[in-house]
Amino acid sequence: MDVLKIATAGSVDDGKSTLIGRLLYDTQSLPTDKLEAIKKSSEKKGYDYLDLSLATDGLVAEREQGITIDVAHIYFSTPDRSYIIADSPGHVEYTRNMITGASTSKASIILIDARKGVVEQTFRHFYINHLLKTSHLIIAVNKMDLVDYEESAFAKTEQQFRSLLDQHPLEKRTVHFVPVSALKGENVVDISGAMPWYTGSTILEILSKIDTVEESTQGFLQVQNVIRPKTEEYHDYRGFAGRIKGAHLSTGDEITVLPSMKTSTIDGIYFNGDRYDEAPVGSSVSVTLSDEVNVDRGDVLMTQLPADFELTKTIQATICWMDSTPLRPRTKFHLQYGTQRMTCRVQHILSKKSTDFRQDITEVEILELNDIARIQLKLSKPIPAITYDQSKELGRFILIEPQSRNTAAVGFIE
Amino acid sequence: MPKVLPLNALEAEAIYIIREVVAQFEKPVLLFSGGKDSITLLHLARKAFFPARIPFPLLHVDTGHNFPETIDFRDELVAKYDLDLIVAHVQDNIDAGIVKEETGRYSSRNQLQTQTLLDAIEEHGFDACMGGARRDEEKARAKERIFSVRNDFGEWDEKNQRPELFDLLNGMIELGQNVRCFPISNWTELDVWNYIRSEKIEIPSIYYAHERSVFERDGLIWSDSPHVYRDDHEEVAIRWVRFRTVGDMSCTAAVASTAIDIDTVIEEISGSTISERGARIDDKRSEAAMETRKQQGYF
Repeated sequence: MDVLKIATAGSVDDGKSTLIGRLLYDTQSLPTDKLEAIKKSSEKKGYDYLDLSLATDGLVAEREQGITIDVAHIYFSTPDRSYIIADSPGHVEYTRNMITGASTSKASIILIDARKGVVEQTFRHFYINHLLKTSHLIIAVNKMDLVDYEESAFAKTEQQFRSLLDQHPLEKRTVHFVPVSALKGENVVDISGAMPWYTGSTILEILSKIDTVEESTQGFLQVQNVIRPKTEEYHDYRGFAGRIKGAHLSTGDEITVLPSMKTSTIDGIYFNGDRYDEAPVGSSVSVTLSDEVNVDRGDVLMTQLPADFELTKTIQATICWMDSTPLRPRTKFHLQYGTQRMTCRVQHILSKKSTDFRQDITEVEILELNDIARIQLKLSKPIPAITYDQSKELGRFILIEPQSRNTAAVGFIE
Repeated sequence: MPKVLPLNALEAEAIYIIREVVAQFEKPVLLFSGGKDSITLLHLARKAFFPARIPFPLLHVDTGHNFPETIDFRDELVAKYDLDLIVAHVQDNIDAGIVKEETGRYSSRNQLQTQTLLDAIEEHGFDACMGGARRDEEKARAKERIFSVRNDFGEWDEKNQRPELFDLLNGMIELGQNVRCFPISNWTELDVWNYIRSEKIEIPSIYYAHERSVFERDGLIWSDSPHVYRDDHEEVAIRWVRFRTVGDMSCTAAVASTAIDIDTVIEEISGSTISERGARIDDKRSEAAMETRKQQGYF
């Protein structure tokens, strides 16, 4: 069965937890004991409905404050597919946790309160998904029950959001607008009887049709470990273990080792003792090469180099700064690029986004927690000059602070 | 004939994570309880490095209140696959007076495990502990990163976790810290069972329905054993039961069942409306029982 990862984003009180609870409840994914607990709590609070938002809060501090601080992973399934929801916080101060949740997700559901329309937080949520190039955006205009299910309220929000899209065009990505009432269960799993003017799909229907595997033209593998059993049976076996990305790999494919630029051919693709002629994107395999080329952890075995291919030690990137210690130019970091780690230095801060994401501020001296900025980096080793636009896997990295060893930033090469 | 590898996304992700643990840490260990999740993890680890041997040992924190079937199974597995097994005994810490045994109706050694685990981590210098915990099990576990940093007291700072982006796992730590790694984080209980079936993985017999001496308390079925406290009025009966989750005997309740093989077990779980940890007595102590234990270093 395939697995679709989804992130949710929304401001406080716009019904994010209720929407997740609704997805679980309407797909019969809530166990009886949890449901009983929800019923009891709802009764205790004097509600005449089930407070499905109680299905999600995880930490003591979250329950006390009634907000989401960090990502929770929530599971539900239908007969055809498993879903993992990264329930992410909406508060500005927890932006880094929201990016954490959204980074592994194929689709994002952004909630908007139908009464309020697009608000400041919507910009932030949209911009982060724009930055991550999340493949599918679902804009759930929630609380339609509180605006009498009026089409005009939905249309107004859609129009506001579309003007955001005009400023930040999303090529190759799909945006769906769905009017919902998470509280009443309209257009989440079941189609609404209250909004006959809406002829589109429910949220679950949209999710069920998203492709979980996308293939591009270039197959590659970032080497994780070199497997050398040195047993009698496998005396000369030297397998390069890693996960296949981009496109499938086949035995006989010609490859270039990056960054050494040596070439060879895939001799065999192995998994658990069996040899395969072909392995799909996403599989964790070991490959053997037909030549004795030097390959280390972190190297990339790549098929079909682009015509204008080059390696580079200077990159420009958009980063999100995630550390409480501010970033100053000229400081050094570890840069993790796939399974490769190297030293890098921040040369310049080129500009940063204003808090409403509408302007680029130049002449910036430091970056603070949750700032999104363009910077220039100098690396100790060359990496392929491939942008995040061209390849999500080869165009991204993280920065690790050398003293605390914390993940301090995520970057998108441009 | 061309052979194409079938794609199992969860398996591929878990293997990727296990390989990152081995590449990024100097002294990793696999925490092995003999339960279905750690058995699955072991199976994945064998696949990750095949045809080489698993490049790390197994650590079993033995509460002394285990189901004998689980211990026998553990020892057979270790012999069969030529594994390195380290056993750390909770009893040793009780004898040394370092931890105090609970008494009374709900006494359990579950909490005492933490101290033994942390001691073993320190003694052997493990910098990464892999475990079979899953995010669907419990609300505090739903919050865990794949690589989750612990300080030198083993404490989890749940409100200040490292960001974790894409599949870029950051295993860099300061001296004294260690990382809890969760390769099957994204699996559900049913995913584990379906995988056990499709891979024909052997598991201890207590997961299948059998006759056992049990008694009822608070709507749960407890094993009758010298390790489990029982009041005189609580009557013992022989019933058909199985275990859905296997932990310390004193905190793991059985479920009434007639599922005698993997197919019927899966059928039963698919139709079950009770969550897996509904039979874990230790989770029922308070709303935040798991979170509190994890903050202190519990797995």
